[in-house]
Amino acid sequence: MESFAYQAPDSLDAAVALLAEQREASVRTQILAGGTDMIVQLRSVDRAPRMIVDIKRIPETRSIKLGADGLILGAAVTGAELSARDDVTAIYPGLVEAADLIGSTQIQGRASVGGNLCNASPAGDTIPALIANGAICQIAGPGGWRELPVEDFVVGVGRNALEPGEFLVALRLPAAQPRSADAYLRFTPRSEMDIAVASAGVRLAVDEDGVCTEARVAIGAVAVTALLVPEAAEALIGTRLDDAACAAAAAASTAAARPISDKRGTEAYRRTVVGVLTRRAAVIARDRALGGQA
Amino acid sequence: MSEAIKAEDFKQIGSRPIRPDGLDKVTGRANFGADFSLPGMLHGRFLRSPHGHARIRSIDVKAALAVPGVKAIVTGKDFPDVEPGDIQGGEGGGDYHDMAVNVMARDKVLYHGHAVAAVAATSVRAAEEAVRAIKVEYEPLPVVLDIDTAMAPDAPLLHEHLYTEGLPEKPARPSNVAQVMESSRGDIEAGFAEADVIIERTYYTPTVHQGYIEPHACLARWGQDEQSTVWCCTQGSFDVRSMTARVLDISVSSLKVIPTEIGGGFGGKTTVYLEPVAIVLSRLSGRPVKLVMTREEVFRASGPASASKIKLKIGARKDGKLTAMSAWMAYEAGAFKGSPMVPGVMCVFAPYDVPAFKAEGYDVLVNKPKVAAYRAPGAPQALFATESAMDELARKLNMDPIELRLKNAVRDGSQAAYGPKFHAIGMEACLQAARAHPNYKRPLGPNQGRGVAVGFWFNVGMQSSAEIHINEDGTATVIEGNPDIGGSRASMALMAAEELGIPYKDVRVLVADTEAAGFTNVTGGSRVTFATGMAVIEAARDIISQLKQRAAALWNVDADMVDWVDGKVVARPGVNVEADPLSLADIAAQSAKTGGPLLGRASLNARGAGPSFSVNLCDVEVDPDTGKVDVLSYTAIQDAGKAIHPSYVEGQMQGGAVQGIGWALNEEYIFDAEGVMENAGFLDYRIPVASDLPMIDTQIIEIANPGHPYGVRGVGETPIVAPLAAVANAVNAATGLQMTELPLSPPRILAALEAAKG
Ligand SMILES: Cc1cc2nc3c(=O)[nH]c(=O)nc-3n(C[C@H](O)[C@H](O)[C@H](O)COP(=O)(O)OP(=O)(O)OC[C@H]3O[C@@H](n4cnc5c(N)ncnc54)[C@H](O)[C@@H]3O)c2cc1C
Repeated sequence: MESFAYQAPDSLDAAVALLAEQREASVRTQILAGGTDMIVQLRSVDRAPRMIVDIKRIPETRSIKLGADGLILGAAVTGAELSARDDVTAIYPGLVEAADLIGSTQIQGRASVGGNLCNASPAGDTIPALIANGAICQIAGPGGWRELPVEDFVVGVGRNALEPGEFLVALRLPAAQPRSADAYLRFTPRSEMDIAVASAGVRLAVDEDGVCTEARVAIGAVAVTALLVPEAAEALIGTRLDDAACAAAAAASTAAARPISDKRGTEAYRRTVVGVLTRRAAVIARDRALGGQA
Repeated sequence: MSEAIKAEDFKQIGSRPIRPDGLDKVTGRANFGADFSLPGMLHGRFLRSPHGHARIRSIDVKAALAVPGVKAIVTGKDFPDVEPGDIQGGEGGGDYHDMAVNVMARDKVLYHGHAVAAVAATSVRAAEEAVRAIKVEYEPLPVVLDIDTAMAPDAPLLHEHLYTEGLPEKPARPSNVAQVMESSRGDIEAGFAEADVIIERTYYTPTVHQGYIEPHACLARWGQDEQSTVWCCTQGSFDVRSMTARVLDISVSSLKVIPTEIGGGFGGKTTVYLEPVAIVLSRLSGRPVKLVMTREEVFRASGPASASKIKLKIGARKDGKLTAMSAWMAYEAGAFKGSPMVPGVMCVFAPYDVPAFKAEGYDVLVNKPKVAAYRAPGAPQALFATESAMDELARKLNMDPIELRLKNAVRDGSQAAYGPKFHAIGMEACLQAARAHPNYKRPLGPNQGRGVAVGFWFNVGMQSSAEIHINEDGTATVIEGNPDIGGSRASMALMAAEELGIPYKDVRVLVADTEAAGFTNVTGGSRVTFATGMAVIEAARDIISQLKQRAAALWNVDADMVDWVDGKVVARPGVNVEADPLSLADIAAQSAKTGGPLLGRASLNARGAGPSFSVNLCDVEVDPDTGKVDVLSYTAIQDAGKAIHPSYVEGQMQGGAVQGIGWALNEEYIFDAEGVMENAGFLDYRIPVASDLPMIDTQIIEIANPGHPYGVRGVGETPIVAPLAAVANAVNAATGLQMTELPLSPPRILAALEAAKG
């Protein structure tokens, strides 16, 4: 590993100022959250020197606020911290499951949802779950504060929409509808310590009669970025989420996927499996939403 | 030997004490290959071939030598030309000349990752920078990546001067087939003519890696007196010594090899990659040099296991009795000759008593790293074919798969397909145990299936030495030369303690270096508990005979007037001695009075290794929508002869099962068209993780091996043989498919399911 500089500002303002200063001085900077992507990359792919700015001492990045307006999830909250919160798990079980799939017990102690999103891997597990939940990125930078939907945040493989000097502070998830739930599934040949071959996140709400009133479906690992699939959502809305509707949503995901063939799976395989996962995730979300009613 | 302990009299053999190296290993205190450092030490890095096959036009190291901190750079021309000759020792075939060229390429690179140069520098960073600064001009050549391409008449040649061996006369043209072999008995045509049912299929297995957790590592120090010392993680320090000496054209006496703790080997650490290079770098720089492979280098440039293509045909009568078997077996050797084709041919029919058979084998060169041994080298591929076909035969005949195997099983007195008459073997006992096992009766649900398969391995004896030093308080130190990869220290301590009549905890076991231990062959071939264990027992008996002499001298009687009973020297019945029996501790305390320190020793070439048979049961569930296989239950039943330390026998059975399941389900080298491995890391080279598998159930069968004083037979390799077919047969039972190509990865199964739907 090359030598590098390290700073850990303890407030939002200090972090914004430090990043602006470094940008002026044309110093390459990189944000550090849990480091489970970054340190691996620093040791293998990209070893060039840089200043590392650790955001974990900034209170806003470490807090979980659940209220009537929804959830504000600090960007550096770890998977272990998130899954310890039963109140959050009750409302966003799919997102918590997605975060919980990352790595192993050891990795869970460091890995953050924000880091997973900013790392912008096509197979990042929390990204489809965030998109399905309509999550919004809260970004701080030299120009102030801005918000951006997650589906617009990831712009390519390993690339996100942050401008120089900006960083992700938190994720904002809208308040959950009554009788609504989410679910996330990924397919990996192994049970853990693996990377998604395809994945699907579904959030949906049903009315008192069990008819689907709202739905969002997002798929992962089948294109350069996770995709929001409105056609799959449309296939669910207005139905009782019966087999035919779930199969139609599956077909919509299969059609929307733009996978490649590689060592992890062929194009045809990924298309098929992303449909299977969409169908199964829709069924889980439906059962959760209906179960919540009882 | 009148003192030989009878099985029913064992006091400590068969107990399960904690292994002597256990605490160090679980607390992280144990020192592995990469843990050693010396003052002034340099760090080395390799430049490796970016091509699967190319001629080296030129190498320019000028700019690299100018990188600050660089102390030495070596390329092929810094190594001597080595005469051809069959490799002695190690585990698996090959030639010394090839080994030298594999360690450092000369005029050609033969696989992606082949070492082209190495740099030693004051930091890893400087070494890496220098590696990047080396300029090599290559002339790329066509790559050969599979058996069919390699064997085609107009195939590009890896070695222009290689002519197929094993033919009646030298062929006119060079070839990628290094060796052919045939083994047959009986009238095969008549056998197939007599058959009511014939199964004929072609089976494929991919290139796989042993997947040991510890990458290859060594530290070498060359001295101006031409004496070198090497610390390395290896399965055989004497093998490292002889191979390195041969590759560098130096005498074995100028080299001392100190084995470190070893983090897995499974056959992959029975050869040399780093040691000769580290010594030359040390000689050129005058400083100690450490070389540690990255995981990526381990995949690309150590010794994986052969991919194979096997055409198998078996014929049977309606009653299930086999009439004939034939096999055409090709094994990939990688870039140099020496695949485990020969053991493959020898074992493909070993479990069965069949009147007529014929097996032909081909050792085939391809542009992949040279294969190394991997547990029971050649057998998993061979028995994947045999046991898949047997399963299909059972289904065709509507017969219970265990019943079919019992009908044809080799037993006492059967002539093994590979030659000798079997004596005291456990094949039938394992089959009967499997049939009676509760896991064979577990009800199965939808999409679930059960598979059965038999495993076999010959096991070997070979040379071992052991010394036992008795301390003044009657405790003991065992000195031996086999690196402990599977709990062998514990087994050696148990055998010494049993013989000497002292507690297990009073025996320490030292795995000594090549100058402190007597010559000992590799930790491989499932030989250590058998052969080195035999040496330990004999060394203990050497001590016992000295104890008897000393006690007799103290008592002033003849040595044949005393006996060794229950850990004490006693006077023979009727001999009049006015003293209490003497234990080892009693005599050790008086060693000065009785003739000096007590030291026992033995060296031997162990004969009588008994083969080990196994039967595995596997239940799976296949997800019909994704093709994913979940293993629900797995049972390994194996003949251990006598389990010295049952936990470590079970550990071998479980570990082998897990590796075999990985081979069956997900493991494979994936190459692009240029011969570049695309999945050189544990993320995409998928060995199973703990949560993928149920607890592997084990049942040890003990049919004593008459060739060992305690009845031991080797157990380390057989466990990996049965799982490939056991898993495949379970998948076939769950799906109705007939899968013949591994791995049974989800995409392959889903494609087969969809094809079957039409
Ligand atoms: C063994 C292992 C297993 C893994 N398994 C999985 C898995 O199953 N699924 C999966 O999706 N991932 C997996 N990962 C990858 C990784 O753990 C996750 O992506 C994790 O969520 C990253 O979070 P982190 O906090 O560690 O990010 P870091 O490594 O700290 O950061 C990741 C990247 O995002 C940037 N970044 C981080 N936070 C911010 C921010 N607030 N603002 C701007 N930029 C930021 C960093 O600069 C860096 O480029 C695994 C990694 C390992 C080592």
